[in-house]
Amino acid sequence: MGENLFTGIAAWMRTALLDIGTPPLLSEFIVLLVKLLAVIIFVSLNVLWLVYMERKVCAYIQCRIGPNRVGPKGLLQTVADVLKLLGKEIIVPRRVDKIVYLAAPLLVFVPPMMAFAVIPWGNGMAPVEMNIGIFYVLAVASLSTLIFWMGGWSSYNKYSLVGGMRVVAQMVSYELPLVLALLGVVMLAGTLNINDIVNAQRQVWFVFAQPLAFLIYLTAGISEVNRVPFDLVEGESEIIAGPYTEYSGMAYAMYMLAEYANMMVVACMATIMFLGGWLAPFGWTFLPSWFWFFIKVYALIFLFMWIRWTYPRIRVDQLMGFGWKVLVPLSLANIFVTGVGMYVYRAIGW
Amino acid sequence: MAKYDLAPELVDLLKEKFPSLEVLGEGVVAVSKEELLPLMKELKENPSYAFDMLTNLTAVDYPDCFEVVYNLVSLPLNHLLMVKVRVEDKENPAVPSLCSLWGSAIWQEREVYDLMGIDFTGYPGHPTRILLDESFKGHPLRKDFQWEGGRE
Amino acid sequence: MRTQTYILNMGPQHPSTHGVFRIILELDGEVVVKAKAVPGYLHRGIEKLAELRTYPQVIPYTDRMDYLASMLMNWGYVAAVEKLMGIEVPERAEYIRVIVGELSRIASHLVAVGTYSVDIGGFTGFLYCFRDRERVLDLLEMVSGSRMTFSYFRIGGVADDLPPEFFPTLDKFLHDLPSLCDEYDGLITGNEIFQARTKFVGIIPPDVAVNYGLTGPNLRASGVLYDLRKVRPYSVYDRFDFEVPLGKNGDCFDRFAIRIKEIRQSARIIRQAVDGLPEGPIMAKVPRVIKPPKGEAYAEIESSKGVFGCYVVSDGSTQPYRVHFRRPSFINLGYLEKLLEGWKIADVIAILGSLDIVLGEVDC
Repeated sequence: MGENLFTGIAAWMRTALLDIGTPPLLSEFIVLLVKLLAVIIFVSLNVLWLVYMERKVCAYIQCRIGPNRVGPKGLLQTVADVLKLLGKEIIVPRRVDKIVYLAAPLLVFVPPMMAFAVIPWGNGMAPVEMNIGIFYVLAVASLSTLIFWMGGWSSYNKYSLVGGMRVVAQMVSYELPLVLALLGVVMLAGTLNINDIVNAQRQVWFVFAQPLAFLIYLTAGISEVNRVPFDLVEGESEIIAGPYTEYSGMAYAMYMLAEYANMMVVACMATIMFLGGWLAPFGWTFLPSWFWFFIKVYALIFLFMWIRWTYPRIRVDQLMGFGWKVLVPLSLANIFVTGVGMYVYRAIGW
Repeated sequence: MAKYDLAPELVDLLKEKFPSLEVLGEGVVAVSKEELLPLMKELKENPSYAFDMLTNLTAVDYPDCFEVVYNLVSLPLNHLLMVKVRVEDKENPAVPSLCSLWGSAIWQEREVYDLMGIDFTGYPGHPTRILLDESFKGHPLRKDFQWEGGRE
Repeated sequence: MRTQTYILNMGPQHPSTHGVFRIILELDGEVVVKAKAVPGYLHRGIEKLAELRTYPQVIPYTDRMDYLASMLMNWGYVAAVEKLMGIEVPERAEYIRVIVGELSRIASHLVAVGTYSVDIGGFTGFLYCFRDRERVLDLLEMVSGSRMTFSYFRIGGVADDLPPEFFPTLDKFLHDLPSLCDEYDGLITGNEIFQARTKFVGIIPPDVAVNYGLTGPNLRASGVLYDLRKVRPYSVYDRFDFEVPLGKNGDCFDRFAIRIKEIRQSARIIRQAVDGLPEGPIMAKVPRVIKPPKGEAYAEIESSKGVFGCYVVSDGSTQPYRVHFRRPSFINLGYLEKLLEGWKIADVIAILGSLDIVLGEVDC
């Protein structure tokens, strides 16, 4: 029953709009807007839930209970935190570059939100169908480098500056293996369209066809969202909070929440590219496709959290060395092997 | 309790070399400040003493003089020696710095300078305050130090 | 292209300086060119305060130096006064001192291990260590009624006998301790990233370590066997069978790993001390008013941070004429400025954390 829940709503809206005499183009536009709005609301709420999940997971890893006071089982803890932060003053230090300083936390949600626009949350549930979807997501996601750098540069604080420089160095060098790892999948699927890539995995998930690419993607992905062991950007024991050092109140909370949105993007992409997206494993279609999608995404997010609360932080030169000396050559080798493999398979007529 | 103080024979040997050396007790000697540096050099570099660690350095403000106290340890020979230097000049007290011999003197001499106001000649640069603020007046561990406030 | 170094002021408010400690770093990119350590933010003038108190009144002040191992601070001061007065401490008191002293050492090392894990970026290890430190504090609370500043030692003995419920709790803790240490080893020591971060970082050669007066785990990590409990046994340490763990390279990893090994050895000592705990008085015959003869004494004990010494001068009155504490954290820090040169910002934290300082002790 749930399978067509969301697509059904969209179809119903479209027909309803057409019935009351709206021009087709306009009704199409309104439906799209509603879809995007739904995604934005969903992502924002989901981020609140992810913060709660992170705190609970970390608490259980650390033999604690975690938030349990606000709401049932502490479920409203993040809401309370956000309300508290909303009531706090956003301190603007005297010598900061005001416009850039205040623009950065506003813009920080933009890249992940833009990326979510093309994510197929279920069968036929991508808000926007795009035949260069992968390309678009990668291009948009790398924008966040700029926003962190804006925050770090404008803060007029040396810790922020060091953090900002680390962001640029780290994100630029991990972007490369990330993209190269996805290239192997794109080669196998022969398309950049996200839906087609998911459908290409009906026989076998690409995680089995491209295991190395999956690992490279996960590693580079964790690095892209600045989480332990690659959280040098905010490495709190070294540079306080990196680019966010000077931020307070909701401006700070925006950065923190955006981190979870970014993590969601990385997990969604990994699910789509390697874990068969919304496809049900073993033909277990008794659960709707979007449900399967979320199970996979949350499993990956749990993995990220597990890693975060187990591992210490890597050092900046080790990070760069690992990126350029290990991940980039490995991902290049992966592409080479994939290409040769495809050629051989084609030659033997598979 | 086993004794680890420097053997009396070795102390006697020292006495011959340094005429101003005075034995104050078991493992405690006093020396004039002119002979401090040569004595310490001998204690550190002569393998029969081999005092390779300056474990403690402090000073006491007596009514008639300052006394700088050095506690030496030899790790290879496992014996101890306390060396004292009396500084009669209470106006401008100064003793030779031991920074050239032991690195541990660097911070400890700064501490003594800071709290007791004893200058260390030959200290690289000049000893600066370490625990108190640069603008602090006086040296609080001196007996004549008066502070304002407090409970009285 | 012209490059320029810049000054980064680390502290006095910084998450990883373990208190109010300031390092002024001159950086070339992320590499330290020059470092200047600025202690003193917690200076309370304990040495001066002691001159205006009677001898027993000084004991609570010593608690506030290394507040993570207050028992050992008590011990250092009390040992010096006892040496000055020539007091023979009863055997049972000595054994109790060993038990609570080693428990204090375990608690202190647990903090060192846990906070070091945070410094490197793994928060979970910290909570594991603090979870177990809580049990030590519970034990010491049974003994002294306090969790941090015990003031349990008295000149000539200890304040109170061990309560009967102390022993089963201690027994259970000692039984669990090895497996807890294995847990830390598994979670922190064995971690690849942790090792990559700490191995061959901040190496202190043995001769330099001795020259700079480093003591405690920091010196032993460089491979120098200098543990007062072994080389110049005080109290009743000569009766116990234990090993002194030594490092090989003198790097951050050795300084860290040695502390977990010392926890295991301390557990061994406590076990033997409890088994051999003799009956008898817990206080020596000490006059009601402590009035040491004119003179002076310098006594040293092995605290968790290194050699803790106390120099007491008496003028024959009830108040000490001069008290000086040789604080291991302070002297261990003396080499920091040179040690930091040439390492990265992240290593600054790794190195400072591995020295395991307590600012209460540094600033005194």
